[in-house]
This record gives sequence, C-alpha cells and structure tokens, in this order.
Amino acid sequence: MQRRDFLKVSVAASGGLLIGFQFPGISGLASAQASVNTFMPNAFVRIGIDERITVIVNHSEMGQGVYTSLPMLLAEELDADWTKVGYESAPVDPKYNHPAFGMQITGGSSSVWSGLEQFRQAGAAARAMLVAAAAQQWNVDAASCRTESGAVFNGSNRKLTYGQLVGAAAKLTPPEHVQLKDPKAFKLIGKPIKRLDTPVKLNGQAVFGIDVKLPGMLTAVIVRPPIFGAKVKSFDDSRARSMPGVRKIVAVPAGVAVIADTFWQAKMAREALQVDWDEGSMQNFSTSQMMQEFRERAKSTGTSVRKDGDAAGALANAAKRIEAVYEVPYLSHLMMEPLNCVVDLRPDSCEVWTGSQFQTVDRANAAEVAGLPNEKVQLHTTFLGGGFGRRANPQSDFVVEAVHVAKAAGAPVKVIWTREDDMRGGWYRPAFLHAVEGGIDASGNAISWRSRLVGQSIMAGAPFAAMFMKGNYDPSSVEGVDDLPYAIPNVTVESHQAEINVPVQWLRSVGHSHTAFAVECFVDELAALAQKDPYHFRRQLLLKQPRHIGVLDLAAQKAGWDKPLPKGMGRGIAVHFAFGSYSAHVAEVSVTDRKVRVHRMVCAIDCGQYVNPGIIAAQLEGGAIFGASAALFQELTFEHGRLQQTNFNSFPVMRMNECPEIETHIVESNEKAGGIGEPGVPCAAPAIANAVFAATGKRIRRLPIRMTEAV
Amino acid sequence: MVGFSVNGKRVDLDVDPSTPLLWVIREHLGLTGTKYGCGMAQCGACTVHINGEAVRSCVAPVSRATGKAVTTIEGLSPDLSNPLQRAWLEEDVPQCGYCQSGQLMSAAVLLREKPQPTDDDIDEAMTGNVCRCGTYPRIRRAIHRAAEMVAKEGAR
Repeated sequence: MQRRDFLKVSVAASGGLLIGFQFPGISGLASAQASVNTFMPNAFVRIGIDERITVIVNHSEMGQGVYTSLPMLLAEELDADWTKVGYESAPVDPKYNHPAFGMQITGGSSSVWSGLEQFRQAGAAARAMLVAAAAQQWNVDAASCRTESGAVFNGSNRKLTYGQLVGAAAKLTPPEHVQLKDPKAFKLIGKPIKRLDTPVKLNGQAVFGIDVKLPGMLTAVIVRPPIFGAKVKSFDDSRARSMPGVRKIVAVPAGVAVIADTFWQAKMAREALQVDWDEGSMQNFSTSQMMQEFRERAKSTGTSVRKDGDAAGALANAAKRIEAVYEVPYLSHLMMEPLNCVVDLRPDSCEVWTGSQFQTVDRANAAEVAGLPNEKVQLHTTFLGGGFGRRANPQSDFVVEAVHVAKAAGAPVKVIWTREDDMRGGWYRPAFLHAVEGGIDASGNAISWRSRLVGQSIMAGAPFAAMFMKGNYDPSSVEGVDDLPYAIPNVTVESHQAEINVPVQWLRSVGHSHTAFAVECFVDELAALAQKDPYHFRRQLLLKQPRHIGVLDLAAQKAGWDKPLPKGMGRGIAVHFAFGSYSAHVAEVSVTDRKVRVHRMVCAIDCGQYVNPGIIAAQLEGGAIFGASAALFQELTFEHGRLQQTNFNSFPVMRMNECPEIETHIVESNEKAGGIGEPGVPCAAPAIANAVFAATGKRIRRLPIRMTEAV
Repeated sequence: MVGFSVNGKRVDLDVDPSTPLLWVIREHLGLTGTKYGCGMAQCGACTVHINGEAVRSCVAPVSRATGKAVTTIEGLSPDLSNPLQRAWLEEDVPQCGYCQSGQLMSAAVLLREKPQPTDDDIDEAMTGNVCRCGTYPRIRRAIHRAAEMVAKEGAR
C-alpha cells in the first residue's frame, strides 16, 4: 500500500494540510511546486528524497486512463522505478495547456498523442539532470553513466538513487535539448501496464467532486427551469424556509438555490418550494414535430460541404438507386457521477473543486462571476465520475452557477445536481437526420452518393465558435461523412443547420456518433442493392485506404466473417475513421419477439503507435458498450417543452445481463498516434443495425433500434 | 436518535429517521466511498450491506439500519485483501471508478451466497449495478477469478 502512503505524503507536501484535512484519494490539491525535499526539474515531474516520482498530469482522469498512460511516457524516459511512480492533477496554468489546443482541456481523444512528446521530453530532461548530478559527484563524464529503475550507475560498483540525487540535481539548470529513447529500448511504452488509480477506486478512497468536503461547507440544490429558457417569475419559500437545516433560499441565474446543511435537507426543502415560471418560447417544443421539420428541410439543398463530380447526374443514370433517411435522437452524457461543484469564495480568492474537463475556461468563467482576476482563482481537478464531454462545457454552466450560489451562501458550498437535474440540464448530443441517396451501375459499382444532414451545431453560439466553424457550416456536424473514404466518383455532402433552443454539446465521439451510423448503414444498403457481401463490397471500395482495410480485415477475420451462424442470428460490419484512429466492428445479434440481443462484438483498432494496450482494450470494450447503449436503448424526447426522460429507468444504459462478449484487437502500426477514448464508439450502432438486417432482412433507419420501425 | 454499527463501529446519530441511509453515510459519517447515482434504486452505485444483505442505500431510510450492522466499501477490506478487490486489481476493472464501490458490494453478496457463480448468477446479481464506462466484461471475469481464489485459498 505504498502508493496510498505516497499520496498522503504528496498532499501534505503540496499544501493539502493547509486547509486542515486530507484528501486520501487524490492529490489534486497540489500547487505542483517543489519543496526542500523534492527536485522538480519541470512542470511535469517531482522527485522526492523518498524516491517517489510524482507525475503532474495536465489531463483529467475520467476513466480513460491518463493518470497511467501519461506517467508511463515520463517514467519511460526517466528510467524510473515504476513501483515508485504516482500521479497528481495539474493546477490551472498555461504551462499545462494542451499543446495543440492552446488551453487546458481533456477532449477529442487527444491526451496521449498530444502528451507523447511533452511527457517524454519532461522525463528525459529530468533524467539528464540526475545523471549530470551523479557524474559531478563521481567526477566522471556523464556519458559514461547509465540509468535504470530509479538510479544512476557508473562502472560496476557506483550507484546513486534518484532520491539521493534530489539536492544536487535541483541546483542544476535544465538542459535545452535532450535525446529521446529509441523505441526498441522501451520498457513501459507498449506494455499493458496496470492502472495506477485502481487501488483507490476499490476501497472508497478516490475523491470525486461530489466527495469533496470543506470545513463549514453547506450543500445546495437548485430548482431548475422545467423548460429551456424559462425564467423565474416569483417563488414562495414560506414553507421551505423554515424546514430543518435550511440556511438560505435565493434566486440565482440558474433558478432558485436552496442552501442547507446537508443535501437531503436541501432536497426536501426544494420539494416544498413553489416557483412560478415564465415558460418562454420553448413551451410548445416537441421533438416529434422537430423531426418532421427536419424531414421537410432535408428536401431542399443545404450548404455544400463536399462535392466530387456530379452526384445528381450520376444518380439519374444509375442502374439501381436507393434512398434512406436515418434519424438519431438527442442523447444525454449520463455520467455516473451527476454534475456537482464545490466553491469556497473569499473576498480576495476563490477555490473551486470539481471534475472539470475544461480547466482554463472553467477558471476564467469562475473568475468573471467571482469578480476576481484569474490568478486569484484556483481550480482543483478531482477524479471525474465519467465525463464523455459534458464536463467540458463552453459556458462552464455547472461551475458558474456554483460561484453564484457561493456568493449568496457566505460559506463554502457544494452544489449537487440530482440525476433528474443532470438529465434535464441540457447540453445533449444533438438529434440529427441524414437523408442519403445513392446509386450503382449495371456491374454493381457504387457511382453516386449524396448525404444531406439536418441538425443543430454544437459550435454555433459558443464563445469560440469562430475557431471551429468552416464558413457557414459546423465541421463537427458532418465529421465522418465529409471524409467519406469509399471510392465513389460522385459524392455530395450538404448540411442544414437547425436553430433550436436546446443546449447541445460534444458527446463521446461527437459527430461521428451519428455519421458512422448513417454512412455505414447506407454502404450496407448499397451492398445489398448490388447483391454483394457487405464486407467484400466495402473492401472493394477501400482499396486505396490501407488502414481502413487493415481494421476491416482484422475484425472480419477474428469474427469468422464467413463462418455460418445459427438460424435467427445475423452478423453486421462497420468501419470508420475518427480522432486519428481507424476502427472496425463486427456484431452478432439475434432478434426474438422483436427484441434485439447483441451476443458478440469484435472490435479492431489501428490507433498508430500506442502506449498501453491494456487501457486501449478497456476503452474499446467501453466504447462498444457506450455505442450499443445508444443504439439499443437511448432517446431523449420533449413534449410541451418538457423532457420526458428523467432517470436510468427511462433512459437506460446497457446492463450486465445485456452485455455481449467483446473482443478487441489492435493493429501493430508505426503511424502517428491517434485517439482511443472515442474511436471505439461510432461503429457499434451501424454494426448492430447491419447485423439486424442480416438476421431479419429488415433495415434499421432510426435509433434507438425498434423492430416495429424497421423497414 | 438512530443507532447502528458501521464497519464494526457503533454510531448514534441525531438525524431525521427518514433520511436515506446513503446521505447519512456520506454526509454525517463522512464515508464517501458509497456513491449517489440515481436516488431511486436504478443504478446500484449506493449499494451497501445491512446485516449482510445488499441494499440500495439511496432509497433505504436510515431507520431501516436501526440496531443493525452496516458495511460500506470502506469496510470491505481497507487494505484491498478481499479476493474481489484483488481480482478487480488483476483484471484492471475500473475506468472512472464511480460505480465500482457498488459493484464490489453487490459482488460480495453474490460470492458469499454462490461461491462458484455461473454467468447467469452473475447476470442476476449484477444487473442492478450500472456502469456507464462499460466495465461489465471485466467485472464478470473478476468475479470468476475471485471465486477461483476463494476456492484455492479455502482448500489450503
């Protein structure tokens, strides 16, 4: 249990005790500074005289394994003793900015590829200084020294551990250039190293945002608008005010905050509170009507996204043609840990504890509401009980409202969202419609493809929309269809941007979560039209896309594509490129009494050079289940402006008894590293839908899959 | 006053007896390993044992624990020596980790009642525990592995 002891030490050393208590499971309270007993050669690592190596991680741990994979990179170049390596979450500081995105953010399946150089360099620089310090003590040439397992060696009998070199190394100047290892010498990178954060997640010690406790802290819940855009007209708190433990009931921009000693007292008082709402312009909003409008809109030409050749002309001359409309609903991120945020606001400082994916923006937004300069606001990133994009909100909704509540509370306060608050709170994956038409020639070759998308932009209206928008369409709406990889000579992609006052945002795999469904189901429909095998039909159209073919072949081979299945079962395939990685799935399903059961999913990935195949396997398993949950169960609907789903019973997640067997396979590759958190999601839905077709002859064109709607 | 034992320690609390046990454990006793996920016994994140029985503490009033023995994840085995925790480590089960306390507490009851559980037994015992990260295949493997450990170590 050395690691836990270590965590306590690092918290103590870095200021955790200054506020009078310990956070055993996370050292996210760090100021990431060296003390007398440590050597901190750069922002990413601190070495203690006790031999402990603390890697300061600038990405949020939300399950995807960055508290292990990023320390592995650093420890590899440092030649650290892996049993002495721990992690700490970085404070907010420009030196922890995402090298590609220019701010502190965890998203886009980018933590490992963006950290490759950064963390390896940091480890190599630390190693060079430790070697220089040892060489100085021995009065030998640094080049004659070697390092292994946390120590510097010279000749056959001289050894100094990194801990012994802390004092001397701290006096040296960091090198400007360092030599990185030859990959052939890697001892950690490429190995299925076990996660560093597992022990604290098995005994209750891991501290998530909702677990943070400060002395004198109050807890608040907020009565939130029943309809997006509704405003508080008035409220009657005469009963709620006098309930046990209630400290204050106050209007805040997010609604009406009930501040009490405990969560349950706040929640009870909230139920006794009467709020009169001005319901605003969304009171008649319904998703069924919205989808009807989407269908109408898809009949007109949209903004051109891609135009190869003449899709309409080729379609007119096609031997056979087919059209299909695919629809997907709004989706909730549904992290297991509902949103929450702790704020300790003082006259000249503000401290925030939360599971953030978007530290730079969250701190700036908190500072603005607090009326303080950025540097007076400290944001501590705890463990995230799931993120999936929701905890990277461009408006920092869950942080900003907590600062408002803290202003009223006059004491440290934790705002907790109930599950229902979280589900109704918006920032969903937008609903989308894809109207697709295509044609084949007399030999069965695909010659024309037109995709027309209708849906909300997740970027339009965001504070940094200008950075992302391409002319007058949102690339994240069409990603995954704009780069259609199939060798079809005539391709048109058009986008219609819907303007609806339902807040939307990125959800795990973003646009790919719907484009892969539409594209990979339609390719399957074209294959059927050409009376060809869906795997071989794809393969023929991907001859110039070797990495697509690599994963497609691997998945098909491992699944035993040509082996017959028992009657009533079907096998479906899908392939997709997203976030720098290539992914393919084969799903096996049966359909009984109109109920789809997924029995097996075989997932193949080519994510280029990889760091931890164990974590990759876990992400592929989880990605397949995440995608399958959406495909089989999940839909948010609105009637009269009100969300119809409130909790796990009406917005289900795949459960143990529904979970298929999942196999994962990695393509060995020397290509540039790609992402892994999201690329495993997109193929799940189309592979399952295509398997349903193989089993039943019925096409699925709407998610979640309902056999009553199959055509 | 409500009195019961938590992880072997006697507690007497001045708390509204209708308060869910979950919030008493988390807020009054400071044991935050037990998680809030749904508030309506839909997700299992709040699973604890009352006299050895798996209970969704988010819907169990604290009064239900009166005079009984409550075990939370902190009481399962703080040093991770429980076979389930060891198996969870070997299978590298958790991702975000938020649901895992509840998963372990449900699995502990399963293993006690069925030392050699079948896949169907696992489905039955574990289907009330949601994992949004999708760790189910590893949980299943870890339960089987823990069962093997218990069998081997018990035979020694």
